[in-house]
Amino acid sequence: MIGLVSYIVFFLILSLIFGIAVLGLNLQWGFTGLFNAGVAGFTAIGAYTMAILTGPARDAVLGGFELPFVVGLIGAMMASGIGAVIVGLATLKLRHEYLAVATFGIAVTIQLVCLNWEYLTGGTLGLIGIPNPSKAWADGPLAQNALYLLVVLVVVGLTFAALERIVKSPWGRMLKAIREDDIAAASLGKSPERVRLEAFVLGCMIMGLSGALYVSFIGYVSPWDFLPIVTFQIWTMLIVGGSANNRGALLGALIVWGVWTMSGFVISRVVPSEIQAQGGAMQAVLIGLILVVTLLIRPRGLIGEELHVSRHARS
Amino acid sequence: MAADALLQLRGVTKRFGGFTAVDAISFDLPRGVIGGLIGPNGAGKTTLFNTVAGLTRLDEGEVLLDAAPIQNLPPHRIFAEGLSRTFQIPRPFPEMSVLENVMLVPLGQSGERFWNNWLRSATVAREERAARARADEIIDFCRLASVRNDQAGTLSGGQLKLLELARVLMADPKIILLDEPAAGVNPSLMLTLVDQIKALNRRGHTFLIIEHNMDVVMSICDPIFVMAQGRLLYEGDSAGARRDPAVLDAYLGDLP
Repeated sequence: MIGLVSYIVFFLILSLIFGIAVLGLNLQWGFTGLFNAGVAGFTAIGAYTMAILTGPARDAVLGGFELPFVVGLIGAMMASGIGAVIVGLATLKLRHEYLAVATFGIAVTIQLVCLNWEYLTGGTLGLIGIPNPSKAWADGPLAQNALYLLVVLVVVGLTFAALERIVKSPWGRMLKAIREDDIAAASLGKSPERVRLEAFVLGCMIMGLSGALYVSFIGYVSPWDFLPIVTFQIWTMLIVGGSANNRGALLGALIVWGVWTMSGFVISRVVPSEIQAQGGAMQAVLIGLILVVTLLIRPRGLIGEELHVSRHARS
Repeated sequence: MAADALLQLRGVTKRFGGFTAVDAISFDLPRGVIGGLIGPNGAGKTTLFNTVAGLTRLDEGEVLLDAAPIQNLPPHRIFAEGLSRTFQIPRPFPEMSVLENVMLVPLGQSGERFWNNWLRSATVAREERAARARADEIIDFCRLASVRNDQAGTLSGGQLKLLELARVLMADPKIILLDEPAAGVNPSLMLTLVDQIKALNRRGHTFLIIEHNMDVVMSICDPIFVMAQGRLLYEGDSAGARRDPAVLDAYLGDLP
């Protein structure tokens, strides 16, 4: 029983951390129509920033600041935000698939930098010993994880509330107008360039926050955590849950991460041992299948978009 | 006349490669009129609109609004200067309600700065109530009340023309450029549209209208500008246009 509870707590922590990144992508794609295919890169920036700011001193690697957890979270968001401003100014004139190709390339570049810039990232070995604040406040793995789940729930709640406030507003109305027809929006006095950049930067800051929570929980960061499959998983979560709906984004994270972990369990039990090595690929195929089926039978996801944008325009 | 010209075009030229779509067009549109811009298909009328409204950059010339140059400003800045336009093929935000298509428009809304929705939510709510009240009035004026809460993508072609009009009215612009407002609109809705344009003109709005429906043009537009092959053929009143041999030859033919 305790094993099951431990597992559920562990599962909820990871799926909600993914959920935060999905909320960031939802702001960009769901509400603004920005095809960011580089989600993993911006979570990586947040993760490494957290590791550097809060981690212990290491030989020949930047660090040893041992700053508090909250400072690490804020720093991670700032670093991802600065990265997003640079990337956004360079790429946001691109549309749709062109933006996707550019951001995908940038995320791969970020992953390669993580792999090779040893002074900053520890190279292939990554950075270890990143403190988890719950370990100072609770005894035993279950209590510590339960406490960390509480922290994650608070962060998810605050992020969700902050996003709901700005997307159901005149700003959110501009996002949607620019998503649907940027020429018409510009002809009605809105600046697509400014609004796109704002949504892109805010979304990437939230992805950075997700990466920071992840490394504090795992206690370790490596370049292999930010391969393109992560971007793919986060996109699937958004499409399954329901684009342009923050509740859908969180629901999609829970469902897709649930399928991912359960399929890993099933594959480990059912699939013959000689092809177990391909288990990860089978999981990826399964996720791809869910994505295709969702797009075919429920293209707006489980929870679709609401008609009214601004909460002030509801009857 | 020039002293009270609201919109002045000075040698406006737009080329696409070797093709000159708009060729050194110059005219003054006085404040308070309903101007008509007519001419055969491909004459360059919509290109001229796009150039004036900032959607395409002009290659030569000047556009003055209230004596201030606006050429080559981005479209959202030109809109802020008081020039708004509708599109020949309506461009609604299809997944937004009619109400929010209209509420989107006012300039300088506090809530368009995302942080104000966290920090000054009472101000945002007050402005939204005011915007909603005004949007409701304009929607009623444009006879769209029955579809106020419908998705704009579900409207008929004629209703979309009215929605385009409603959106530009929300900004209370100095001048409204209408691109074929009567095209695809059924006769009774067209009468509504013409009535609304005349009513707005009486309230002081200046219009420049591209239109192929000569009944509409001849009944409400003065002055009339005729374009053909990118050039300005004629500028004057409607009676003069009907008699001008070049206009008859290029466009009107044997209009009764």
